[in-house]
Amino acid sequence: MTLTEKILARAAGKASVAPGDVVFAKVDKLMMHDVSGPGVIKVLEEWKKRGKNLERVWDPDKVWVTEDHFVPAADKISAKNIITLSNWTKRFGIKKHFKYGLGQYGICHTLSHEEALVLPGEVYVGGDSHTNTTGALGAFAAGLGHSDIAYVLHHGLIWFKVPETILFKLHGELPSYVMAKDVILRIIGDIGTEGGNYKCMQFSGEAIDQMSMEERLTLTNMTTEAGAKNGIIEPDSITESYLKERTEVPFQCVLGDEDANYLDIHHYELNEMDPIVARPFSPANTCDVRDVQGVEIDKAYIGSCTGAKLEDLRAASRLLKGRKVKVRTEVLPAAQSIYISALHEGLVNIFVDAGCVVGPPTCGACCGAHMGVLGPKEICISTTNRNFPGRMGDIESKTFLASPLVVAASAISGKITDPRDITT
Amino acid sequence: MNQLEGVVHKYYRDNIDTDVIIPGQYLKIHDHKELAKHAMEGIDVEFSKKVSEGDFLLCGRNFGCGSSREHAPIALANSGIKAIIAPSFARIFYRNAVDGGYLLPIEVEEETCRQIENGDRIIVDILNSKLVNVTQGMKAYDTKPFPALIARIIEAGGLINLDPHQLIDV
Repeated sequence: MTLTEKILARAAGKASVAPGDVVFAKVDKLMMHDVSGPGVIKVLEEWKKRGKNLERVWDPDKVWVTEDHFVPAADKISAKNIITLSNWTKRFGIKKHFKYGLGQYGICHTLSHEEALVLPGEVYVGGDSHTNTTGALGAFAAGLGHSDIAYVLHHGLIWFKVPETILFKLHGELPSYVMAKDVILRIIGDIGTEGGNYKCMQFSGEAIDQMSMEERLTLTNMTTEAGAKNGIIEPDSITESYLKERTEVPFQCVLGDEDANYLDIHHYELNEMDPIVARPFSPANTCDVRDVQGVEIDKAYIGSCTGAKLEDLRAASRLLKGRKVKVRTEVLPAAQSIYISALHEGLVNIFVDAGCVVGPPTCGACCGAHMGVLGPKEICISTTNRNFPGRMGDIESKTFLASPLVVAASAISGKITDPRDITT
Repeated sequence: MNQLEGVVHKYYRDNIDTDVIIPGQYLKIHDHKELAKHAMEGIDVEFSKKVSEGDFLLCGRNFGCGSSREHAPIALANSGIKAIIAPSFARIFYRNAVDGGYLLPIEVEEETCRQIENGDRIIVDILNSKLVNVTQGMKAYDTKPFPALIARIIEAGGLINLDPHQLIDV
């Protein structure tokens, strides 16, 4: 069995499972945020009216809640949603509620790894499509909607069709100025936004063995954009040391079998890769940065679960150090812990000196909700994950998706720029 | 609920995503009727005014790709849409539509999508996995049968009405 099949078999209490089997998996961890949370609460209220009342959450210690999409409260409705969520967590004894402005908080997917809230081998469901991110820790991590999350809160179980696994073997070494973001954009460009639909996308190979945890997380994060049910990477010594720095809870690293069956195996030679962007209006609409070099931009955005981890900020800072940005540039670390590290490492100074705004962790602008949405016909280059019509604001705005290095290079020149061309 | 009848609203393009179905700025809204007013706003701002209770939506491949927002099937269902006919669906949209008991995701061949016209009156025959086009002389098309588990959840009207033991080994 593959790693995903092994995890689902264990969670379903079966000796083995095969792709296509429908299983009821015991859930180890559940997350919801200030958008999905109030949606789930609304479903629970509706179910109560229909005779299915939630008296207690199946296991309050397995549930955690974040405030990330509409913080700082964008308006009165958002403020009310956060109150609804807070009352609910208090009532049901959810201790892990990461509150905006109260110590550690941030984007849900970032907290999942920063706080080691999910461990290898676990079944983790989240009320957000980018829940896939956390699969880089060697867990089965999949996004669900409100009704499914409500069902798990009742029963601690949910159905899954065991997905087929597509294996992406990454060989060689990433050249300077090329990042995991370029790799995953390239893969999505190759297989399309439906290329992983209902499937598991697993990454391995000697390039993965060398890759940091944060870069691995960028790969699994964007498996969502290919439609994948989950993205996963087998845990190794890098996973272990990353988690042991963050938790004392013991865990076991589950691996797939040597003779596991994969639907398909794709090989990528990273040595030959160039920086890539996804043009509007699809993450699969990719090309080399050189092909769109010179396109004038109105904004550069370094934020989100995809592109504002500490290493993303470090990468951007290498180019921004001692230089000035030519377009408005926003840097929003993905979690408060990352913000603090960026501050202590001097990255915040570099950004502010370059002319950027450094803002609080939030999903706001990435999903066009608030905190810097795009106006009509504005063009943005962004470290985020989606560029559908209207995704980051006005329906006539356009977003190019790229690595933190490409975004920083473009901010410096005011137009889309290959980071290898920033030399002076 | 073995048969549904309604009028088709055709938006035949691939990858209609959740940002188009219900833009991010409305995610803070949890009032279902309010969400319905903004359904498909990213494609047609007049959409909710055009739809009557019981109508169907016809779209291209990978309908509902993008986010996990249950607002998407909620907005469509509350605008009156009872089924979506498309060659394929993104996974979270599909399970939200079924598990929440909001609407039916009906999978058909690409050719079927091409033949059905905007405004056609259609009968969705769930039991026999068929579509019947009343407007085009009762022409029939096959639909992909629902897998057993999905059929069970649809029949029950959503996951709420089923305990896990009623679903294991379906």
